[in-house]
Amino acid sequence: MTQRLLTSCLLLCLVASAPLAAQERARVFRGARIIPITSAPIENGVLVVQGGKIVAVGAEGSVRVPANAEVHDLTGKVVMPGLVDTHSHIGGGDGGDRSAPIHPEVRILDAIDARDNGIQKAQAGGITTVNVMPGSGHLMSGQTAYLKLRDGGTIDDLLFCGDVLTEICGGMKMANGTNPRGAPPFAGTRAKAAAVVRAKFVRAQEYREKVRAAEGDPAKMPARDLEMEALVEVLDGRRMVHFHTHRHDDVLTAVRLSQEFGFRVVLQHVSEAWKVADEIAAAGVPASIIVLDAPGGKLEAMDVDNVNGAALEKAGALVGFHTDDGITDSRFFLRSAGMAVRSGMSREAALYALTMAGARMMDLDDRIGSLEPGKDADFIVLSGDPLSVYTRVEQTWVEGENVFDLADPRDYAFAVGGFRVGGTVSADHHAGMEGHE
Amino acid sequence: MSRHHTSLGLVALLGAALTAPPAAAQLAVRGETVHTMAGTAIADGVVLIGRDGTIERVGPAAEVRIPDGYRTLTAKVVTPGLVDAHTVIGLAGYLNQEDDQDQLERSNAIQPELRAFDAYNARETLVEWVRDFGVTTIHTGHGPGALMSGQTMIAKTRGDDVGEALIDSVTMVAMTLGPEVASNYNGRPGTRSKGIALIRAELVRAEEYARKMAEAEPGKEPARDLKLEVLARVLSGEVPALVTAQRVTEILAALRLQREFGFELVLDGAAESYLVIDEIKAAGVPVILHPTMARHGGTLENATFETARKLRDAGIQVALQSGFEPYVPKTRVVLFEAAMAAAYGVPFEQALAMVTIDAARIIGLADRVGSLERGKDGDIALFDGDPFEHATHVCGVVIEGQVVSERCR
Repeated sequence: MTQRLLTSCLLLCLVASAPLAAQERARVFRGARIIPITSAPIENGVLVVQGGKIVAVGAEGSVRVPANAEVHDLTGKVVMPGLVDTHSHIGGGDGGDRSAPIHPEVRILDAIDARDNGIQKAQAGGITTVNVMPGSGHLMSGQTAYLKLRDGGTIDDLLFCGDVLTEICGGMKMANGTNPRGAPPFAGTRAKAAAVVRAKFVRAQEYREKVRAAEGDPAKMPARDLEMEALVEVLDGRRMVHFHTHRHDDVLTAVRLSQEFGFRVVLQHVSEAWKVADEIAAAGVPASIIVLDAPGGKLEAMDVDNVNGAALEKAGALVGFHTDDGITDSRFFLRSAGMAVRSGMSREAALYALTMAGARMMDLDDRIGSLEPGKDADFIVLSGDPLSVYTRVEQTWVEGENVFDLADPRDYAFAVGGFRVGGTVSADHHAGMEGHE
Repeated sequence: MSRHHTSLGLVALLGAALTAPPAAAQLAVRGETVHTMAGTAIADGVVLIGRDGTIERVGPAAEVRIPDGYRTLTAKVVTPGLVDAHTVIGLAGYLNQEDDQDQLERSNAIQPELRAFDAYNARETLVEWVRDFGVTTIHTGHGPGALMSGQTMIAKTRGDDVGEALIDSVTMVAMTLGPEVASNYNGRPGTRSKGIALIRAELVRAEEYARKMAEAEPGKEPARDLKLEVLARVLSGEVPALVTAQRVTEILAALRLQREFGFELVLDGAAESYLVIDEIKAAGVPVILHPTMARHGGTLENATFETARKLRDAGIQVALQSGFEPYVPKTRVVLFEAAMAAAYGVPFEQALAMVTIDAARIIGLADRVGSLERGKDGDIALFDGDPFEHATHVCGVVIEGQVVSERCR
C-alpha cells in the first residue's frame, strides 16, 4: 500500500478538517457486479468516486465518467458497501474499571490503540466502519467509539466525529444478565440491576431539568457532572445505547428501560431473539446479532440459535450483525450473512444486515451503508458472491482510498495470519472474553 | 497406526451398558454426487447399507439396483459421515459450568490414567449438535492444558450412554507442551524445560515398570500402577501420544521426545507447524491441525488460515479438529472448519478428506469409517448442495444404517 505513509501524513496534518481532501482525482471502478444494497444489483456496473465520496453508481453507459479518472477494471468481481460491524473489541480499549457498576463518563476512545493490528485484520475482512465497545462487565461500561477504518496512526485518524471535545463520537454501552453481576456496589440480581440503572437515569432526568431551567444562565447551571452530561445525551436521543443482552427476559428488560426513560437502544447479541422477535419488532427496537457455530459456553447463551436473523426479519425488526471480535474474527464477518441465510434469513436482509442496518444503528446512514451518490466512498471488492464461503475480500476502500489489497504481500499476511502477524491485543483474548460476549 | 478397538475386557467392564443399537433397516442412499473418499466421486451414485449397518455396495445408479424393501434417501451430495479428529465434547459440556467440565483435572499435571469413557456423556447437547451437521465419529476425551491430561476415546455420535456410543476405549494419551500448562497447576511446571523434564522422567519410570513387568517371575511383578500401565502401552506403540504443541519450540520438543522414546506421535494443534514442515515430514508424523477459524491469539498468535494447505502440499497427513473452546461458542464444527480450509486453498476433496478418511486414518479407525466402501460402517451425511457452502444444509445423517437426523440444518 504505497499510499499509506502519505495518507497518514495528510491525516496528521489535517486532523481537524475531516472530511479529507486526500482523494482529488476521480477513480472509476468498472465491470463489476455492484450491490448497492438500497437498490437492485447492477450487472457490469460503474462506480465513480472523488473527494472521498461516491459521485455516481450505475450500469455501464448510464454513468458519466470524468475524462481524467483513474480506471480500475473489476470485470468478474463483486462490489458492495464496506461492511459495518456494530460490536467489536479491536484496538485493545477498555471502559469501566469495576470501581462502580455505571461509568457513563468513561470513553473508550481514550484507550484505543490505533496501531493495533486488529484494525488491519478488520480491513482485510472488508469492515470499514466499526463500533468499538467497552466490555459487558458493568451495567454501563462507558462510551463506545464509532470508527472509520482509514489508514492512520492515531485515534483521531479513525474517529467518525470531527472533534472529540465538542461532538458525540459513539454510543453508550450497557449490559444486563450475568456479566455485570457482582458484590456491592454491583448488583447481585436482575431486579437490583434494573433498579440501579433506573436510579441513575432518574438523576440524569433531574440534572437535565436543572440545565433546562437555567435557560443558558451560567449562574443557574448545575455544577458540571461528566456522568450526567453523557446520560443527558442518552436521554436526548443523541447518543445511542448499545445494550448487551442475551436471555429473552433480559431483552425485554432492556426494552422496558428504554421505553421508561425514552432513550434509543440497539439490542446487542440478543441470543434468545427468536423467543421474543415479535416483541422486539413491536417495540421498534433494532437488534444486532452474532452468528455462532454452537450454543452454550455460558448459561445465558444456552439457547442461542442462528435462526435469530430469520426470526427477527420475519417479525419485521431491523437486524444487523456483529463480530464481537475476538469472539469471532473480523476476517470472517461476511460469513455471518451466509450462515444466517442457511438458517432462513433472506439474502437481501442478510446483506442489508452487514451494511445499512449497522449504519442505521449508529445514526450514520446518511454517510455510509450503501452505494449512493454523496455517501462516503467505502466499498469492498469481492472475488465472488458475498454469501459464498469461497469468496475472498480482495480490496477494501475507505473514502476513496485503498486500505487493503490482497495482492499486497503485507496486506495478504493480515488477511491470512502468519509469523508475527498475530496480535498484541488478541494475545490475551481469553482473559478479556468474559467481558465481551 | 492400527489398533484393537473396544477390547473384550472393556465390554465386560461396561457390562449391561454395552448393548447393541437396534438393528438397522436396509437403507439405500442415492446422491447426484457421491464423494466416496475412495476414488473419484460418483455421479448419480448409490450406497446400499445392510441390516448389520455396514455398506453392502457403492456404485453408479446405473449399475447398483436398489433392492425391493430398501428405504431410499436422496440428496444432491452424499459424503461419508464426518470424522472429528479431536474434540472434547461429551466431557466438556455446553453449559460451561463447573459440574459439566470434565476435560481437565487440575489436581496434578500428569494423570495419564484418567479414562475418557468414565466421563463421557452421550446425551450431551453438543454431541447431538455436531451430529446434526454430519459428524458421526468423534475422537474425544481429556483436553489440552496438562502435561498429561488423560486418555482419549472414539465414539459414534449416537446412543443413550457411553456403552452405545463407544468405538475405541483407549485411543491416545493427551499431552500438552508449553508454558500455558503452568496456569492450570499453580504455576508449575514453571518453565518449558521443566515440563519436558517431568514428562521424560515419567516415561523413564514407565520404561522401567514395563521392563520389570516383562522380566518378573510370575507372582513377583511390581505392584500395579495405573499411571505407568498406560504409559507402558504408549511406549510399546500400542497407544499413540496426542501431543498438543502450538509453537515451534513445543513442536520440536514433541519430535525430540518421540525420537527419544519411540512412541507413536500425533501432533495436535500445531499452529506454527508451517514453519517446521521439513522436520515434521522427516519424522513422518501426522498432524491434527487446530480449527481453521481458531482465534489468532495466545499460543496461536502466529496461526494462519493456510496451514492445512501448506502441510498437505508438503505431503504431511493432516486432519482437522473442532478442538477445545473455553467459552462462546463452546464447540466448533469440523464441517465449517473444513469449509474454511477449502476457502483458503485446500482443494475440495482434500479438505473433505481432512474430516473423513484422513481423520479416520490418524485416529486409527480407517478400517471402519471415513470412506464409503463395501464392508465399512454405513455412516453417511446428506447435503442439499456443496457441503462447504454456508447456505447449504445437512439434510440427513446416518450412523450404521440408522437415520439419526433428518431435519435440514
